[in-house]
Amino acid sequence: MSEPLLRVSNLKKFFKVRRGFPNPETVIVRALDGISFIVQRGQAFALVGESGCGKSTAGRTILRLLEPDEGSIEFDGQDVVNADAKQMRALRKRAQIIFQDPFSSLNPRMRVGNALAEPLLVHGLMSKKEANERVRDLLEEVGLPRDAGIRFPHEFSGGQRQRLGIARALTLNPELIIADEPVSALDVSIQSQILTLLRDLQQRLNLSFIFISHDLGVVRYFCQVMAVMYLGKIIEKGPVPKIFDEPLHPYTVMLRDASPVPDPTARKAFERIEGEVPSAVNPPSGCHFHPRCPHVMDVCRKVYPEWIDVDAQRSVACHLYTEGRGGLPVAEAG
Amino acid sequence: MTETVDVLPEHSRHPFIDQLQKAFRNNKLTGVGAVLFLFIIIIAIAAPLLAPHDPLQQHIIARLKGPSAEYWFGTDAYGRDILSRLLYGARVSLLISLTAIGSAMIIGSIIGIIAGYFGGMIDLLLMQVMDVLLAFPALILGLIVVAMLGPSMENLVIAIALTAIPPFARTARAPTIAVKERDYIEACRALGFGHPRIILKHVFPNVFSEILVMGSLWLATAIRVEASLSFIGLGVKPPTASWGGMIREGFENILDNVWLSVCPSMAILLVVFSLNLLGDGLRDAIDPKTRSDS
Repeated sequence: MSEPLLRVSNLKKFFKVRRGFPNPETVIVRALDGISFIVQRGQAFALVGESGCGKSTAGRTILRLLEPDEGSIEFDGQDVVNADAKQMRALRKRAQIIFQDPFSSLNPRMRVGNALAEPLLVHGLMSKKEANERVRDLLEEVGLPRDAGIRFPHEFSGGQRQRLGIARALTLNPELIIADEPVSALDVSIQSQILTLLRDLQQRLNLSFIFISHDLGVVRYFCQVMAVMYLGKIIEKGPVPKIFDEPLHPYTVMLRDASPVPDPTARKAFERIEGEVPSAVNPPSGCHFHPRCPHVMDVCRKVYPEWIDVDAQRSVACHLYTEGRGGLPVAEAG
Repeated sequence: MTETVDVLPEHSRHPFIDQLQKAFRNNKLTGVGAVLFLFIIIIAIAAPLLAPHDPLQQHIIARLKGPSAEYWFGTDAYGRDILSRLLYGARVSLLISLTAIGSAMIIGSIIGIIAGYFGGMIDLLLMQVMDVLLAFPALILGLIVVAMLGPSMENLVIAIALTAIPPFARTARAPTIAVKERDYIEACRALGFGHPRIILKHVFPNVFSEILVMGSLWLATAIRVEASLSFIGLGVKPPTASWGGMIREGFENILDNVWLSVCPSMAILLVVFSLNLLGDGLRDAIDPKTRSDS
């Protein structure tokens, strides 16, 4: 395969939090604890996990909206972590972000046309007149009327605002878009419209996506490759259809089974995920998932599992797949 | 992609205009305050045209007269026309207050927005200095400054501005911290915008209404502080007319002619009252709890 668009290796981001009174102690939240993955050109890559597992932090750290503490990010072969201000400016044109909350993602005091033209003018890409024409094209591209630019954000509905957020991400013709839960704040009927739009754009503009979501149904529709995160670490990655057909990690099995199935006859008794997500401040010893895992073994409590490549495309971090153990019991995997 | 947009209203007004309109529509007193204040401003500007007498011209024979056709509000101890002195005094009081609050608004907002936007050490340092200033009551701080620099119009402006900067910095900082966390600021950074642009075009317009309300309320305070300092003799030098100075002068002859003190007091009352009405109305309209634009 050709050179990947994005290569993230061992990325770490810790947050220091001082808490407690009267004797505050500094605790370290390991929001990202060494994640690695590759995104190919034109690919939609999903980061999946429960709330608080670090998936949004990952998106922001890759764009250096948060400074990474360790690890490397290579965008098209270029080092992002150590890029200086000038290189960063150039990189910013090539990777953009779409936010979850459409009501917080637009400046309420700025006409949307000006907001969309601003990046083009700031980067000196076009004259004001050309920028205005481009804005009209963009608005049309995301399914809004060409003359919507004179309006203020509060005049649009949630779905329309999300379209505006997408238009803004497209202004600089990026190659990679990080979509941070782009549809989870929207009504279900609007969700499908936005997803259709994103997929259409992806195919037409050959965009790569990092699609951050907790909604497996959406991921299944939109993405080709996925990685499952748990407490700041990736525990399983591979092609979407394969993971859905045969999840390897017990956590992935539970995630899949917890997402609703549209066919009532196919519904079965869900195996619940027991317990809460442990705190990232003080993760459990060994495999972070062991307190909730139905297949827990002694080794899980002591040693964090190594990456195991199950086949050419799939890998998992679980002791069940070390040599000599057969993986998940067959009934579970089915 | 069938989402229709024809439900959008016909034209788009700036949300700030909407807020202003709401302030005047929801509370009629806002309009009363605005009209009254505007009226006083116009009178102050037109003082040379309106004043029936020279405010400095003394008529010893006509001293301490009560109201009459010639002198509507009577005359003071030197036989000067009180109405004319009121009109000219309005110019002094308003000029000092407006300049002081205007500069406090600009400087305070810059400090507050920078502190709130960058946070950390910068925030700590700037706001500590503001807190020290805030610890002094306005009048005491004004007293110190004027006592150090000497009484003059410029020093009065400096004194009042200095007392008003910390509250403006506080007022600007709080909404800045809230706005900073919004996704559109993060989007700006992802688009590669510099900090000055983000602050000017994306933070400032979203905290401006809060600062404006503070401005209208503090203008009333400035009028009072100016009068207080003039009253204790630290304001503009006589014989220039200022409201605070007139109250003091009238105070010495209050038994002979109450008009001397009552007239400038009423003038101060009227300005403060109009500004409070205006400020309250604006504040209610931009109150985040009732806001619709976010």
